[in-house]
Amino acid sequence: MEAVKQKNPSPKGTVMIQSESKWKKFAKNFPVHKYYYLLMIPGLLTLLLFRYAPMGGIIIAFKDFKIAEGIFGSPWAGLHWFKMLFSNSQFTRVLYNTIYISLSKLVFGFPMPIILAIMINEVKNVPLKRSIQSIVYLPHFISWVVIGGILFSMLSPTVGILSIFGFSKNPLLEPSNFRTLIVLSDIWKEAGWGTVVYLAAITGISEELYEAATIDGANRFQKIWYITLPSIASTIAVLLILRTGTLLTAGFDQLYVLQSPATMDVGDVLDTFVYRYGLAQGRFSFATAAGLFQSVVGLILVSISNMFARRMGQDGIL
Amino acid sequence: MKKRKNFSDYVFDIVNTSLLIFISIVMLYPFWHELCLSLSSAAESTRGGIFIIPRQFTLEAYKLVIRSSFIWTSFYNSIYCAFLTTVIGVLFTSMLAYPLSKKELMGNRSISFVVVFCMIFNGGMIPTYLVVNNLGLVNSLWALILMAIVTPYNTIIMKNFFTSLPTEIEEAAFIDGAGPLRIFFTIVLPLSKAVLATIGLWLAVASWNNFMMPLIYLNDRELYTLPLYIRQVIDGQLLARTTGEGAQSAVESVIGATIIITIIPIICVYPYLQKYFVKGVMLGSVKG
Repeated sequence: MEAVKQKNPSPKGTVMIQSESKWKKFAKNFPVHKYYYLLMIPGLLTLLLFRYAPMGGIIIAFKDFKIAEGIFGSPWAGLHWFKMLFSNSQFTRVLYNTIYISLSKLVFGFPMPIILAIMINEVKNVPLKRSIQSIVYLPHFISWVVIGGILFSMLSPTVGILSIFGFSKNPLLEPSNFRTLIVLSDIWKEAGWGTVVYLAAITGISEELYEAATIDGANRFQKIWYITLPSIASTIAVLLILRTGTLLTAGFDQLYVLQSPATMDVGDVLDTFVYRYGLAQGRFSFATAAGLFQSVVGLILVSISNMFARRMGQDGIL
Repeated sequence: MKKRKNFSDYVFDIVNTSLLIFISIVMLYPFWHELCLSLSSAAESTRGGIFIIPRQFTLEAYKLVIRSSFIWTSFYNSIYCAFLTTVIGVLFTSMLAYPLSKKELMGNRSISFVVVFCMIFNGGMIPTYLVVNNLGLVNSLWALILMAIVTPYNTIIMKNFFTSLPTEIEEAAFIDGAGPLRIFFTIVLPLSKAVLATIGLWLAVASWNNFMMPLIYLNDRELYTLPLYIRQVIDGQLLARTTGEGAQSAVESVIGATIIITIIPIICVYPYLQKYFVKGVMLGSVKG
């Protein structure tokens, strides 16, 4: 709640409305309040160093940055890197891959936790329900490096379970299957954990609604369709809207771990592109321009999606 | 509530439960597969197929893995990072969040905006790297720790929790002459154990599983954390397989054993993880 309200008055506005008496109050409170400011220093300093200082570093996207010359010594380059970026065929493909993978995850991955949550909710045997929940949450807590290792060995044509079906090649190394497997493995890892929010929303539905429906002769599907789903509809809508804010993030860890030279054409995304060009090849300015493009589009998308979420009476993340 | 069960209800329950059990098996099998690989003999693990139980049970792979000093170094590095990130992170985050819950504090809203803004915009990978480089933290575990300790989201969650605490106790302590610092450390923090545990576990798991930061900031093998180590083992073993060198040294079971060893700590604390992570999602959704 608070977080939303703070967004509206800009920091500037807050300073402007401080009237004389507020300053007096501030002076009066200071002997006590100074301890509050003291408490905040370490946290604010951390944010300043590791979040705000890099924002200043964005300037190198408009410069021809050389480490030896430093940020201020390097000559200006104007929009040179952005022009290069958009005329770079690799970048356009990377952008396409990012949106393609991210949208596929949204379209196929988003409904899964909803379906799973409804299914889990229909289990009336409590110990069984708890066990199923514990199991489906588990992959969320394991890192992509580990999952990647497991996937490669499971899907290996010689040693994995596919060997019995006579596959000749690891499907993760084939461009035609790669994106499908990215989406599937993402669903496998996160769908279970995604149910938590929906199960919490379902718990809030009044039992009386179901009893009334039972008396009216509704069957289980009808109860799900006419009671459960409409009751969690607002949760679904808000999560969907917020999810669209992350359209340009396809997931660094997953893609970096699962991609290989063979699948670079279909599996290279913005995050891995920036990493490769910036840190592996040392083309700092070019990579920063790509990263800035991603951040700015992300900022716009998140702002729009939050505006919609708020219009629906929800708070969003801002 | 008395329920009248009819035939279609039974069918629904049976189908639904069977589907869920099938899904659970799909979720668990990959881990079981890896466990079986790690416990099978080199020859059997290389033969592949579906594992119901380990074939030709042996601990050879584990013996091989724990003999390597690097896994212990990585283990130590991971624990070091996770521990310090958790302790410092919980401390700094709560210290930042508590004053923000005080409405009468001047500048409260501006500072909250400063915190929240980091959530929607960031400098990106390269500028962040350059800043860390200028601070002399590249190739240091402290880079990982310092960058992870304070996150906007955690701060907001804690702030909302502190706002929801009843103020009467604090007011009484204030009248008795206790200052804000004393109230915070001796009254507020002990009342907030649930949220501190939740944030602490988030930080610990995020640190344990972090792959991108170590990949970017650590070069020395001596400093590798577990995710980097696993990556290296997998790459190395795959290379050995393609060149045919590793044919004798149980490739699959070595990868399996390394992976299982790194999962074990997560499994050990899993009951707590589940409980507090679910609690955290609730905290987040209450706040909205």
